[in-house]
Amino acid sequence: MKFSRVPFAVCAALALGLAAGSAAAAKKEVKVVFIGPLTGGVSANGLGGRNSADLAVRLRNADPKAKYKYEMVVLDDECKPNIGVQVATKAASDRAIIAGATHYCSAVAIGTVDTYHKFGLPVIVWGAVLPDITYGNDYQEIHRVNGTMINQNDVNAKFSTGQGFRKFAVIHDTTDYGKGHNKYFSEYLAKYGGKIVGTFGVTADQQDFNAELTQIKSLNVDAIYFGGLTPIGVRIRSQMDKLGIKAQFIGTSGIVSDAFIEGLGPLAEGCLAFREGAPVEKLPGGQYFMQKYAEAKYAEGPEAYGAFAFAAMNLILDTIERVGPDRRKVTAALGNVKDVDSIVGKISFDDHGQNTVAAITKYVAQDGKWVVWEDSEYASGKRKLAGR
Amino acid sequence: MDAGLLAQFVANGLMLGMMYALVAVGFTLFFGVLDIIKFSHGDVLTVGTFAGFSTYLGLQALGATNPWLQVLAVLLVATGSMAVLGALIAKVLVMPLKSAPPLNILLVTLMLGTVLRESVRLFFPDGANPKRFPRLLPDDAMALGSFNLRLDSVLLFLGGLAVIVAIHVLINRTRLGLAIRAVAQDEETAKTMGINFTLVVLVTFAVGSAAAAFAGVMNGLYYSEINFGMGLLLGVIGFSAAIVGGLGNIYGAILGGFLFAALQTVGAVALPFASAYKDVFAFAVVIAIMAWRPTGLIAERTSERV
Repeated sequence: MKFSRVPFAVCAALALGLAAGSAAAAKKEVKVVFIGPLTGGVSANGLGGRNSADLAVRLRNADPKAKYKYEMVVLDDECKPNIGVQVATKAASDRAIIAGATHYCSAVAIGTVDTYHKFGLPVIVWGAVLPDITYGNDYQEIHRVNGTMINQNDVNAKFSTGQGFRKFAVIHDTTDYGKGHNKYFSEYLAKYGGKIVGTFGVTADQQDFNAELTQIKSLNVDAIYFGGLTPIGVRIRSQMDKLGIKAQFIGTSGIVSDAFIEGLGPLAEGCLAFREGAPVEKLPGGQYFMQKYAEAKYAEGPEAYGAFAFAAMNLILDTIERVGPDRRKVTAALGNVKDVDSIVGKISFDDHGQNTVAAITKYVAQDGKWVVWEDSEYASGKRKLAGR
Repeated sequence: MDAGLLAQFVANGLMLGMMYALVAVGFTLFFGVLDIIKFSHGDVLTVGTFAGFSTYLGLQALGATNPWLQVLAVLLVATGSMAVLGALIAKVLVMPLKSAPPLNILLVTLMLGTVLRESVRLFFPDGANPKRFPRLLPDDAMALGSFNLRLDSVLLFLGGLAVIVAIHVLINRTRLGLAIRAVAQDEETAKTMGINFTLVVLVTFAVGSAAAAFAGVMNGLYYSEINFGMGLLLGVIGFSAAIVGGLGNIYGAILGGFLFAALQTVGAVALPFASAYKDVFAFAVVIAIMAWRPTGLIAERTSERV
């Protein structure tokens, strides 16, 4: 199909003129982007992140002292690397977008770092935990507010062996995310004296785990370590029960979501998981965040990483306020973030843009909620983990 | 490997095979009467399962908590509503395109499948999250060494078997079955003999879709978990099973279903690579079988495509 470009160009010019005219009257409009999995199996986390980032933008726009009026572009990466690169390119190539809070899924986040670097778009990762996202490159554009899976698995291995679990089977998905968890958990477990007697890589959309679990059953393990996300975590835990496997189920930050507990009901009881950062309600600004979140009446909860998405977006907005809506200046300013207060605690980026949060929180599912281990009846000895 | 473990693998494989066979039977029925491939079959299964799940939620809200009553209602609603949906798809989408190139029907049903799947995700409350399917069957377990036999799995298997036997009887022992076979063999002649062609097609689609819905509910009860994407892989596997068995032949579909499950189990257990490759292995073997017997293991007796 061919059509003349002239009328189109005229229209575009007119539209631009109008936009410029109206913006001049009010505050200058600045665009930022949020990217996360809004559809698909882990969309609960993506939607919670989006709402939280949106909350940061709304609060800023409501603030009369803000220099700019912010508009948050929301894109869906579907937790698929190919889609992620598409939307990342879309965002990064739009020069009106100054910075972004991006990605929950590690496989997506690692796939998009080159794109952001090429287009010079400063981003702050709000949920993905694969170390290589920040440590695998020297890109100045990439930052991350949440911790990596390295510390998480360190704490996990230490804690699990401390609870007396010695013989482990590992099930991990074969994405970068699952493989990373497998790698770091195996390393740390060896260090703390645990033993892995079987490792099973599974696809991220597998339905039936009976074959793998039957083998695990014959290995007679104390615990099953699962490196993957909620949807197949639910399936594995549920099929473990069908096969009568009594081992302890130990997950990663990937299953710290309400969807995991809803998907399992009573079977979730006693499952362990680990996540970096302190729980929202214990954070300095946690009460404030939860209260504002409730007031905004979002349809979905903030989920486990909502606070990080909020903190990431807030840091972006603060930086833009300070240095102006310019990608280079924002990138440079983010490189110098040291001890900045946020609702997830102090944020300091190292030379790789990684926030150096050391705190890892241990969770156990108790009565249909993820409860911080130290506050749980498991820690007080009232209830017992599987096989203890 | 000890005997109990082996028995466990066989039991797992049989259960999987039964589900695949039920889906494959649908593909083969549709192909038999209309020579078409209906790619929305797996997603009809998903919709059926969610219809059953909604029924359970409804009954729970109404206070009807007898599990047997619930199973019955869930199955009736799931199979009944999918029978209607299947007939509707045949009437509205497939029949009008009957004389169009087969590729068109394939594409139309493929797209319909996407519409069904995405609708579940978007319109079912929290549809993107995995849902916990209730355990309605008694879950007494019998442990024989390392073999864990559960009563609910046995019941599900017997249920699936009953459905397959029922379809067998329907096709081979009833006038309706005779009409279906007649249409499958030669549509023109069947019509001149006074067989109501449209009715036969609609009934066939209803039966195939109901079988898929049954497989879906079975899947939900077996895994205690359902999600909007469950039909996608089941559809592809069911389709491969039907092809490998010989498209158009019911026994071929059943054989294909169990064969595929066996291949997956072998792929996960006996081969030296990561179990993530079990599907790769199973599909590779299917490709090899297709190269060896292009018309499937049990070919349709009358070939119309000479």
